[in-house]
Amino acid sequence: MDPVRLITFPMERDYSLTGPERQNAFDKGLAGAEWYRTPVDRKVLKSLMKRTDWPATRDIAIWVAVLVGSGAGGILLWGSWWALPFFFVYGVFYASAADSRWHECGHGTAFKTRWKNDAVYELASFLLMRNSVVWRWSHARHHTDTIIVGRDPEIAGMRPPQLIVLCLNLFGIVAVPQSLAALARNAAGILPPDEADLIPESERDNAIRVGRIHIAIYVLVALVSLWSWSLLPLMIIGLPRAYGIWLLLVMGLPQHLGLAEDVLDYRINSRTVLMNPILRFIYLNMNYHIEHHMYPMVPYHALPKLREVVKHDLPAPNPSLWNAWSEIIPCVLRQLRDPRHFIRPQLPEGAGVWEPVRSNQTA
Amino acid sequence: MPWIDACALVDIEEEDLVRLDHEGRTYAVYRISGEEVYCTDGLCTHEKVHLADGLVIDHTIECPKHNGQFDVRTGAAIRSPACEALSTYPARVVDGRVHVEIP
Repeated sequence: MDPVRLITFPMERDYSLTGPERQNAFDKGLAGAEWYRTPVDRKVLKSLMKRTDWPATRDIAIWVAVLVGSGAGGILLWGSWWALPFFFVYGVFYASAADSRWHECGHGTAFKTRWKNDAVYELASFLLMRNSVVWRWSHARHHTDTIIVGRDPEIAGMRPPQLIVLCLNLFGIVAVPQSLAALARNAAGILPPDEADLIPESERDNAIRVGRIHIAIYVLVALVSLWSWSLLPLMIIGLPRAYGIWLLLVMGLPQHLGLAEDVLDYRINSRTVLMNPILRFIYLNMNYHIEHHMYPMVPYHALPKLREVVKHDLPAPNPSLWNAWSEIIPCVLRQLRDPRHFIRPQLPEGAGVWEPVRSNQTA
Repeated sequence: MPWIDACALVDIEEEDLVRLDHEGRTYAVYRISGEEVYCTDGLCTHEKVHLADGLVIDHTIECPKHNGQFDVRTGAAIRSPACEALSTYPARVVDGRVHVEIP
């Protein structure tokens, strides 16, 4: 296959938030619409949504302990090949595990105590080079208009897929410079049109302030690295976002990749993948992704119970990551030729009927 | 504005709410504990999601979709992405029934 074609094959649709697809989404009633959700008894739902500090305290403590332990091992063994396995673990927990902690604390569901959610959210945002204000609004939109083209800023699997970019981003090669550039723009007081579309006027100064803080710290770390003429400071802060993000992509891209766009049913545009306990710890149960989108205020530790309540109405889950990627890879390869192709999950017999109530919101 | 009979007090669990639709508008009626009841507009000011599926914690209602939070006593938005306050309406308990004063 011609590799250039993989990069320059024109996008069929405009995935920006300010292009023509935005108006299309409103015209079709897809923006801010009501979505299908498997009905759950109110008492059951309340018990599932109940907040507690304990599971997240335990899971964040383990996360921090692994970061400190592996980071210390990497520092002590710096200069020898024995440092490599320590940095391997450090990178995965710095970047891939930070994403799920960022996500849960951003939803405000990980802890019962609000300041704990906010503190971990800010820390994880920094580790991931995400402006915490911009991304809070971005992720809120992702939940309002999940995989609605022209509305959802977090569509990772655009069609046709940019395979080379996706592969390079296993090590942050495209995403890290993009993220730093986005933070630098914010630090300079600039909010590009897509960000301005998401963030209300009252929050924009906060976004600029956060951009300045992040950039200031990264510049400081880079200067320390230069001053000491050692890569080690950047191996501890900054570079792990590149060398440790691969596992997040392996676990996270299947959330929506290869599935439908512009539908108002999470069962059709999201994917639940069964994973082992270690991956579920790193990913904080986000493999239960249909369930999460249906009821985003259910904390991560209650998602397996939520799944038991709603699974009769959901497509069969992918039994493993291997199985998920086995259906995704042929799909995205076919999308190179036919961007309209997607996987349509099979709903179980007797599943709730998909009768979307479309929005009457206007742009 | 007239007082409307919303529901029986026992229809709302403590630290919970119910949806009330009236004259083409939708409201949320809360019971915090005992006979402490409140009424607000039913839709989150952020993305118009109905609050009836949300979680009541103390005097806070949490939007079921984005975790925007409001104080049910004042309607004040206390956590983004909710930025605008909810309208609030008087509520009371009379003979075991919840009454709300809504347009």
